Amino acid sequence: MKTALFWIFSVAALGGAVGVVGNVRNPINSALNLVVSMLALAGLYVLLEAQFVGLIQVMVYAGAIVVLFLFVIMLLNLRGSGTSGAEVQPLVKIAGVALVAFAGLFLVRVLASGRAPWPDVDPSYGTTRAIGEALYTDYVLAVQLAGVLLLAGILAAVVLAKKRVD
Amino acid sequence: MGDISPFQFQVVAALIFLIGVAGVLTRRNMIVMFMCIELMLNASNLSLVAFSREIGDDQGQVFAFLVMVVAAVEVAVGLAIIISLVRNRDTVNIEDASQMKW
Amino acid sequence: MATSTVFVALFIFVVIMLVFAPVMTWVERKQSALMQDRIGANRAEIFGFKALGLIHPLADVIKMITKEDTMPTGAHRFIHLISPFIAVTPAVISFAVIPFGGTYEMWGAKFSLVVADLDYGVLYLFAIGSIATYGSMLAGWAGNNNFGMLGSIRVSAQMISYEVAIGVTVIGLFMIFGTLKLSEMGELQQQTFRVFGFMHYLGWVAPGTKWIDWITLPMWGIVLQPLPFFMFMTALMAENKRAPFDTPEGESEIVAGYFIEYSGMKFGLYMMGEWIEVVVISGLLAAMFLGGWSLPWLPEKDLIAFLSKPFGANIANLMAMLLAVHVFFGKVIALIFFQMLVRWSMPRFRYDQVMNLGWKILLPLSLANIVLTAIGILIVQGVTHS
Repeated sequence: MKTALFWIFSVAALGGAVGVVGNVRNPINSALNLVVSMLALAGLYVLLEAQFVGLIQVMVYAGAIVVLFLFVIMLLNLRGSGTSGAEVQPLVKIAGVALVAFAGLFLVRVLASGRAPWPDVDPSYGTTRAIGEALYTDYVLAVQLAGVLLLAGILAAVVLAKKRVD
Repeated sequence: MGDISPFQFQVVAALIFLIGVAGVLTRRNMIVMFMCIELMLNASNLSLVAFSREIGDDQGQVFAFLVMVVAAVEVAVGLAIIISLVRNRDTVNIEDASQMKW
Repeated sequence: MATSTVFVALFIFVVIMLVFAPVMTWVERKQSALMQDRIGANRAEIFGFKALGLIHPLADVIKMITKEDTMPTGAHRFIHLISPFIAVTPAVISFAVIPFGGTYEMWGAKFSLVVADLDYGVLYLFAIGSIATYGSMLAGWAGNNNFGMLGSIRVSAQMISYEVAIGVTVIGLFMIFGTLKLSEMGELQQQTFRVFGFMHYLGWVAPGTKWIDWITLPMWGIVLQPLPFFMFMTALMAENKRAPFDTPEGESEIVAGYFIEYSGMKFGLYMMGEWIEVVVISGLLAAMFLGGWSLPWLPEKDLIAFLSKPFGANIANLMAMLLAVHVFFGKVIALIFFQMLVRWSMPRFRYDQVMNLGWKILLPLSLANIVLTAIGILIVQGVTHS
């Protein structure tokens, strides 16, 4: 069962990723493929017993970041005319695909070696409680810095995107 | 977990990363390039979480969570920049925003 | 999968989707009619039986199924087809974590009245709620219509703004209960606490006074956190795009907003998604703030123990289970009534008022609430352990 789920989610993630890159007509198609890819990755996280990270992936990435992308695309009214049709020259595209295929094969063949099986983890691995405790005891400085970074980001986004009223 | 080795997760992450790189290199639409950057960040997150499960330690997940926070901030600021660029030049083609190239 | 899971899932599907949603259209018509001092819809009849207007939902369904399904030219076919389903699915699968009752041991088997008792139940609801944005956002864009696009932009901004408020307002409650599991919250709310207990700890009364023990309140969410209850309800109603927050639908401003290019059953699916979401909101509020499936001052264990003596353990559990479901649905219906009341009482907010409420009022208040709750928890813990 888990094997089947892994293959389904991996194929969906990779298919979504290819859809993001290969969709020339419309940036909204790319965004929707990105959503599929994000949700498939969230499924992979849950398979890896990382429940909290998986849910945050759905909430933050698929639920907010891609919504922001779609919002900007709609706001700027970028309909099918994202860029001109000849933007991705076929030669470069083929080069990209070849790069991906070659690198994939390289990774699978050259670096394949015997790997240790999965260790047993106690049931509190990856739960909200465990991550929360780790975040607020060991990594509390990182959390505070993330807060400051978010504040700076909010201010920067508001200032940059405002229409000038002069 | 059945017969999935931890290595296969890394392969998936690496492939997604490479697709993202190919997208950034070939696409000319600013917003789609940004989406490919997000793909790369997601791929590294997957790699982190898979390694964290392989070792059995939570630290990879905490790292992945903080990477998500940084990615969210980066998307907000980047899209704000894109909005102001598009408002000024009326195009999303990144070749038209290359005035500072030598 | 346990058999109880299948039963609960079937129950949810049959009762809520097939019974609640159409009946709620009737309730809305009749309740608004009562409030506005008119009769409401009463023309539909089957062989002369008007049944107080209950035939109208059936007439609505027949109308929607038989209407022509239009798709405008230039529209994105695939997105136009699937966005009603993207809108309805999150509302329906949110029922997976809502507890209709606790766990009951009957005839050797454990019946759990939750479909999926996840450890992180409420987080699952927040994640599903953030997916719900897509159904509405893509609908307006897919129709190739300016009004639709305006509606899409409005709806996406409104929904993601109130997702923040939804998440932050209930953090105080999580701090007090210490869990994200909805069934555990339901069980924790069955405890009672003495209202004037602090006098005992401060030394104002001598130890052993009896009257303090008589004045108790159940540890319901609304008693522990009254203001977040209203903030949470406001944020959930704004997320549902109903009530006074329906600027994206904007019936008199932008025709029909984001579902302007939908007719027939697809439009019906959007409406159904909204109604089901109303039930989800009521269920969530009842489970988290109003004590879930238990009556106040009556913990379930005491009830089962009391009923076991004359009836035996199995029947006692069965009776407790039926009582729990009835109590839960009673609270849900009361909250649905309240939501309809709000919808028909208040005029629509202006768009900037909606954004103002979400960011400038709900967010600072909820952050202040987190700080105050933390201080309160520390004080209570420090006092009761000394």
